[in-house]
Amino acid sequence: MRSGARCGLGLGVASLLVVLTGDGLSAQGLPQRLAERIEVPPPPFSDGVFPCSACHASMKVNRTRRPLADMHTDIILTHDAEHRWCLDCHDAENRDVLHLAGGERVPFDESYRLCGQCHGEKYRDWRVGVHGRRTGDWNGHKAYLLCANCHNPHQPRFKALEPKPAPVRPGRPGR
Amino acid sequence: MDRRVIPAAAVAAREDVGPAKPSRVSRREFGSCVAAAAAGWLMTACGPRRLHELSKDRLRARLRDLEREYSERYAAPVTVTDTPAMPNVLFAYALDISRCVGCRRCVYACVDENNQSRDPQVHWIRVLQMDKDRGVDFTHADPYYAPREVPEEGHFYVPVACQQCRNAPCTKVCPTGATWTEPDGIVVIDYDWCIGCRYCMAACPYGARHFNWSEPSIPRGQLNAKTHVLGNRPRPKGVVEKCTFCIQRTRDGRYPACVEACPVGARKFGNLLDPDSEIRYIIEHKRVLVLKEDINTVPKFFYFYAT
Repeated sequence: MRSGARCGLGLGVASLLVVLTGDGLSAQGLPQRLAERIEVPPPPFSDGVFPCSACHASMKVNRTRRPLADMHTDIILTHDAEHRWCLDCHDAENRDVLHLAGGERVPFDESYRLCGQCHGEKYRDWRVGVHGRRTGDWNGHKAYLLCANCHNPHQPRFKALEPKPAPVRPGRPGR
Repeated sequence: MDRRVIPAAAVAAREDVGPAKPSRVSRREFGSCVAAAAAGWLMTACGPRRLHELSKDRLRARLRDLEREYSERYAAPVTVTDTPAMPNVLFAYALDISRCVGCRRCVYACVDENNQSRDPQVHWIRVLQMDKDRGVDFTHADPYYAPREVPEEGHFYVPVACQQCRNAPCTKVCPTGATWTEPDGIVVIDYDWCIGCRYCMAACPYGARHFNWSEPSIPRGQLNAKTHVLGNRPRPKGVVEKCTFCIQRTRDGRYPACVEACPVGARKFGNLLDPDSEIRYIIEHKRVLVLKEDINTVPKFFYFYAT
């Protein structure tokens, strides 16, 4: 036990030193390995909607901002609805991709780049694994989730949850 | 026994030079003292040893015994491992208070993963509901909140489990040496050596240790059969237990069960010695606090605000 405690203390002191010196980070404070491509699960499409071009290929593009009446009536936009509508993010020419503000087209499985245009701070946190849920290995392969896996892009705020049962209040032992 | 040391002569020699000594140890008294000491040494040296002091063979045998016992009792192929700490790893945890919604998914994921007793109920994680007006204030915290939906207006949530203190008060008070800090920073309990005195529970400032007042009950088929000897193996009645950072998962490189269960991604885990880890990023870039910092327990469980 004693040697274990001493070893733990040694490691503790070492960790403190490492924390204080803070090396290993690049100038922007982001770890180098972020250059790798981020592996994400498939985007959470509603059943049967993808590829969008299956329906939209034969339709004329209508760029007028309007409430949708015929299709997609289930989508209620509460994501800065005052300023945004469908074609700000969805590409009108190629229906199966999104586009950035600058016009660059991005596939749905890189939608985080689109979100990151406005939510830069969250995007940076997400890339280092601080925003969002992680599964997998803490020292190896980490599984990321797309922003859209947790946040509905059209209504991004989390809905209230039903909590799991409260703990039982302790009684007297043996009763 | 070494017969060359005969202190009676030495005592006599000292008496010659100095003033008279009040007592004089006779040869017989000295002999019986030495015999008693030798007997004591023999008894402790040959008696049962703590798990972490056992020889490899005896430890293996002990683990096989446990596996057989549990497999019979729970009718499942239970494995009990003794995976050691990885080198250059010091585990730490971070929890985002600004995200936690108090849904208690982590509590029940922990119960399932770590084979806590269902009845009587043992929860290693306690989620405290706090008033935004008061801040982190334990005297007004409520662990028994049960609204229809969370988060509730005007409240925030602070889940508390073992803080894996670097300066752990609980390990210092254990009279049998049944609890200690591992090289990777996890405070563990040897259930075979715990005598259930609950001194450690009194010493813990976070209420993180829990006692098995009765024989723990785990329904058949709900046992997590992948266990670690210092972690989630089924416990007997009368021992103390607590969070081990999911030692059976994290020493294999996986995330703790609560990290994977959290629906809002508030829970972060990693190696404090790895400059690229999430933990280090949080400590270096976010507002971080530890609970009851003033009592110098030096927790490895950090709370932070990501926003």
